[in-house]
Amino acid sequence: MSNKKKDYNLNSPSKFTDEMKTIPPARRLTAQEKTQMSPLQAMVASYGLPRLLITGFLLVLFILTPFVDVDLVTQITNIINRFSWNAVLVLAMVPMIHSGCGLNFGLPLAIICGLLGSTLSIQFGFTGPLSFVAAVVIATPFAILLGGGYGLLLNRIKGGEMMIATYVGFSVMSFFCMMWLLLPYSAPTMVYGLSASGLRPTISLDGFYNQVLAGFLEIDFGEIAGKLGISLGALEKLVIPTGSLLVFVLLAFLMWAFLHTKTGTAMTAVGSNPTFARAAGINVDRTRMLSVIMSTWLGAIGILIYQQGFGFIQLYNAPNNLTMPTVAAILIGGASVNKASISNVIIGTILFQGIVTMTPTVMNSAIHMDMSEVIRIIVSQGMILYALTRKVKGSK
Amino acid sequence: MKKKNIPAGKKALELVRGNAVPIMFVIICAIFIPMAGFSPSYLLNEIITRMGRNLFLVLCLLFPIMAGMGLNFAMTLGAMGAEIAVILVADWQIWGIPGVVLSMILSIPFSALLGFICGTLQNMAKGREMITSYIINFFINGWYQLIVLYIMGSIIPIIHASIMLPRGYGIRNTVSLLNMRQCLDDLLAVRIGGVKIPVFTFILVGLMCLFIIWFRRTKLGQDMRAVGQDMDVARDAGINVDRTRIISVVMSTVCAGFGMVIYLQNIGNLPTYTGHSQIGMFCIAALLVGGASVEKASIGNAFLGVILFHLMFIVAPGAGAFITGDSMVGEYFRVFLSYGVIALALIMYEAKKRMAKSKAGRELAEAQKEKEAAE
Amino acid sequence: MTTNTSPLLQMQNIKKDFFGNQVLTDINFTLGEGEVLGLCGENGAGKSTLMKILFGMDVIRETGGYGGDVLINGQKVEFNTPFDALKAGIGMVHQEFSLIPGFTATENILLNREPQKKNVVSEVFGERLNTLDYKEMDRRSAEAIEKMGVEIDSKMVISDMPVGHKQFTEIARELSKDQLKLLILDEPTAVLTEKEAEALLSSIRNMAAQGISVIFITHRLHEILAVCDKVVVMRDGYVVKDVPAAETSVEEITRWMVGRDVQSAAVSAGEVRSHEDAKTILSIKNLWVDMPGETVRNVSLDVKEGEILGIGGLAGQGKLGIPNGVMGLYEAGGRVEFDGKEIPLNNPRRCLDSSLAFVSEDRRGVGLLLDESLEWNIAFPAMQIQNKFLKNLLGGVIKWRDERAIHQVTQKYIDELQIKCTSSKQKAKELSGGNQQKVCLAKAFALEPKFLFVSEPTRGIDVGAKALVLDALKRFNRDSGVTVVMISSELEELRQTCDRIAIVSGGQVAGILPAAASSEEFGMLMISKVV
Repeated sequence: MSNKKKDYNLNSPSKFTDEMKTIPPARRLTAQEKTQMSPLQAMVASYGLPRLLITGFLLVLFILTPFVDVDLVTQITNIINRFSWNAVLVLAMVPMIHSGCGLNFGLPLAIICGLLGSTLSIQFGFTGPLSFVAAVVIATPFAILLGGGYGLLLNRIKGGEMMIATYVGFSVMSFFCMMWLLLPYSAPTMVYGLSASGLRPTISLDGFYNQVLAGFLEIDFGEIAGKLGISLGALEKLVIPTGSLLVFVLLAFLMWAFLHTKTGTAMTAVGSNPTFARAAGINVDRTRMLSVIMSTWLGAIGILIYQQGFGFIQLYNAPNNLTMPTVAAILIGGASVNKASISNVIIGTILFQGIVTMTPTVMNSAIHMDMSEVIRIIVSQGMILYALTRKVKGSK
Repeated sequence: MKKKNIPAGKKALELVRGNAVPIMFVIICAIFIPMAGFSPSYLLNEIITRMGRNLFLVLCLLFPIMAGMGLNFAMTLGAMGAEIAVILVADWQIWGIPGVVLSMILSIPFSALLGFICGTLQNMAKGREMITSYIINFFINGWYQLIVLYIMGSIIPIIHASIMLPRGYGIRNTVSLLNMRQCLDDLLAVRIGGVKIPVFTFILVGLMCLFIIWFRRTKLGQDMRAVGQDMDVARDAGINVDRTRIISVVMSTVCAGFGMVIYLQNIGNLPTYTGHSQIGMFCIAALLVGGASVEKASIGNAFLGVILFHLMFIVAPGAGAFITGDSMVGEYFRVFLSYGVIALALIMYEAKKRMAKSKAGRELAEAQKEKEAAE
Repeated sequence: MTTNTSPLLQMQNIKKDFFGNQVLTDINFTLGEGEVLGLCGENGAGKSTLMKILFGMDVIRETGGYGGDVLINGQKVEFNTPFDALKAGIGMVHQEFSLIPGFTATENILLNREPQKKNVVSEVFGERLNTLDYKEMDRRSAEAIEKMGVEIDSKMVISDMPVGHKQFTEIARELSKDQLKLLILDEPTAVLTEKEAEALLSSIRNMAAQGISVIFITHRLHEILAVCDKVVVMRDGYVVKDVPAAETSVEEITRWMVGRDVQSAAVSAGEVRSHEDAKTILSIKNLWVDMPGETVRNVSLDVKEGEILGIGGLAGQGKLGIPNGVMGLYEAGGRVEFDGKEIPLNNPRRCLDSSLAFVSEDRRGVGLLLDESLEWNIAFPAMQIQNKFLKNLLGGVIKWRDERAIHQVTQKYIDELQIKCTSSKQKAKELSGGNQQKVCLAKAFALEPKFLFVSEPTRGIDVGAKALVLDALKRFNRDSGVTVVMISSELEELRQTCDRIAIVSGGQVAGILPAAASSEEFGMLMISKVV
């Protein structure tokens, strides 16, 4: 029957005229048309209703802060901080979305690579900032290897990536749950004290790379005020983790640059229409594989950056806790299942982390009910659901 | 036509390949049972209990598979519906069999509504039903928590403080169902050599099986199978595809609601916020262990799957402790196996779809080559 | 004609246009009870549109309905959906199977019309919980199969059946409808073996004897003569002939099908060039291509440098498989030499590297990045294959997209091909079909190939755009000296554009003629090896 349907399509009105006006308006948003719609409507249409609601919600929270005795500057510091922890993880979604592999629900796999890097770095006796460098270096081959295998698998199951990624992520995670117990780790800071074997679920990074990036060129307004002997008022509570932000900016810039190269262009084309790419001589499988490796590596680096901000390594089932928030963040930023940009990453992370930090404090003070957890679940899952059920327009 | 020519050895190989997952689990269980060192009567007792507890839930997965919607990760919705019903019934202090029956009846509107939402959303995401149902499950879980944790007791009146959180609203983490505990299981229960057989629960499961068999022979069942195999053809034949798919999900969630009530009366308490979270995953894993695939599952798969999966589940920690000296390893191992078997089934399903496509091409190419050679 | 003897079906002055494109003009014919009518014509003659009108397909209504009247038993009818047509006793067997693969023949024959038995549950919950009456189903399907007169195993699952039996299952499904008065068979013999086709013909006679009228569409003209009472020949949306089958011959029908007015046949004569002395630039030997619906079986073809070679033939005969196979989009075998060097098959990259380019017939599926800008669409292959529109940074380590060069080249082709768009940044999906086709051409032109395959360049685009596209192709050939192979279902278009035309029939080249050859000659070639 599918052939028959294509035939109808060929006879459909849009093919028979050169006039733009016969194309149903829902299918496009051109310059002229935007002027026909009211500015508000146009904004809603291009911004997306859920995103608008989330932004509005966050704005309400911001406006509420002074009335409920919550310190705005502390909140902003928190948001910046949490942004610096999470942004690279969200960035890791971009390559796979670009190559058409969909939302990377297999993020735990990438996180495992990062965890291997951090635990081995400590095991090998690195300390201080060097331990972070070592963790990155060690995580890289794992990311390439595991990412390569993961890419190979995803190439064989095109079309079913998201569901399989979810469960491959779970499987790898639970496999490593066993490994954390069984691998011969011995560094006393990491293993259980009594049995002297098996890694602890939470490992403190004090003395290793806690705040190693955040502390680099850190701008602490309170300290500055103290040094200069002036009062900056509320601003004194503002602390900017410059180093972490710089690393994100660097990685984001590299990603942006990559998408402007020949290979990056090919990756976008593969995600947009794999058949077109194949007909243009692109090796689709290899491009997808590259994107998966890139995503995995970025995820591994992302978790290391997260750890240095958070101050702890979390093992066992912890990798799973980051998947949904990360996927939701990029979608809130305006990405869809097959399109994503750097600005989506930045906007999404700010919005999502904004809600994560603001809801507990503001809501708690306002209505004396801590509904933040529930709101976070509904917002993030609702956003993913919205992206999944949105009709993929135009393409095939 | 070709089947007759296949030699017996090849046939056996096909059989093994077709049932690789159950065979693998039989082997795992065979190795683990002696290591775990449980007595046979203990194992038998546990298995029988768990069959009574889980079979009904696993069976409700069959409807969406019949309608081609894959593994219904959103059967959890039915479980949530049932939990809300059970909380209300527990608050009204209706215990024993009447309590169970009332819970089942009361769960129907909740489960049906949630199933309807789920089916509608899945219809909007054709081709990615499974991931959608998986996410719906989390999404509705958010709403469930909102209702149970904040609205119950503050807006929905809850009479008895015993099930409420000390702060005055919201339900406690565990609601005791002591007065409902195993009241179905104990009805007509028979003890054979120390093994308790919950006859009445098994009768319910049996009725469910009969219903499924009967349902396959109804017009709706036939439509569901048609929709499951080819939506376009079914639509051209005048079958209302979307509606049929929604009905299959609603049936699944409503049955899952009943199954959850059976499950809870067996456990004897309600873990309010965690009770449903793993149900879907374990039921799906069990069904797959029994040899089902994403597009094909039978009652036999459900029975075999529940037995094998739970046998593995019981013996894995002991066996893990035996091998590594750490029972946690065994516990992680069984989780790994549950996730792994789902991942494997999904991979095999997608790979098969692709293989079927390329196979058709290969056959044609070969036929042409032969022709060419002849020319 | 008196009313009480009014024929089963009358089509009166049927007109249909798709947005100004007249595809059917004043169609008139009648069909009596128990008569078999053979409907033939080239692709695009309007047969399928006519049948869609008769069967009440949604497309017709969506594109503005039709003119004229359809009368059944003298009563004017208007079908809004195929279900209305079914109710009025019209059944249609489409070219593509509409069967549930895991169901038995019986289940498929009675799909959604299963006889049912009421039970307690259905009394409460509604009819859909009626149980199926399997005995009655077996009886009804056996009855339908007997009516058809061809033996098929009613218990066999469709996916295990040979192709022919699937076709018969479809026919039996139509026959199982009690009210069936008129059965439309759209190229039913295309997938059948000779023996099965024979069986089908006798079953058509059988049906006619039972009073069921049949409209039989086929390209195998001898079948029409063997089974039909009358023949209706269509061309360019007109009925050109309506004669009793006994009074005509295959040759005559062929002539009616392809025959054009004298003037139009002569159009291209003046321009025809001969490239006999030119060297062979592309040589295809024993090519087979596994493209579903367009299987190529054994094609050998030489293309001379600098010419425009047309490849024509009826739909499904394999003409589209040739470029798709050579360019590596579908699995293929055989030997292809370009400029003396062998090109490996099944590898699009190697073809493109050898300066071949291809404009696919599947614009939306293969030809375009619908969600991307025109700039991307036009520049992409040239960028990837030939490193054009790139800036080398850091000594060539980084190949940076040169947005300005991309913009310039896009703008150049927008002007040259008169692509109507708001800007070169507009998304490809927002353009109309004709403009999309021009973008596809521009994409190929940007590669500056030595050799160009163009597949169905005018399919689904309006007359104005058509002329522009063909003109652009000609110019590209004349000015840049590029050899062009153009594949099209429209013979007239090929004759206007090409120097020589190869006709593909049955997956093979049936013959190559100069463009000035007569329509009859082409017509005979087209049906010579039809499978």
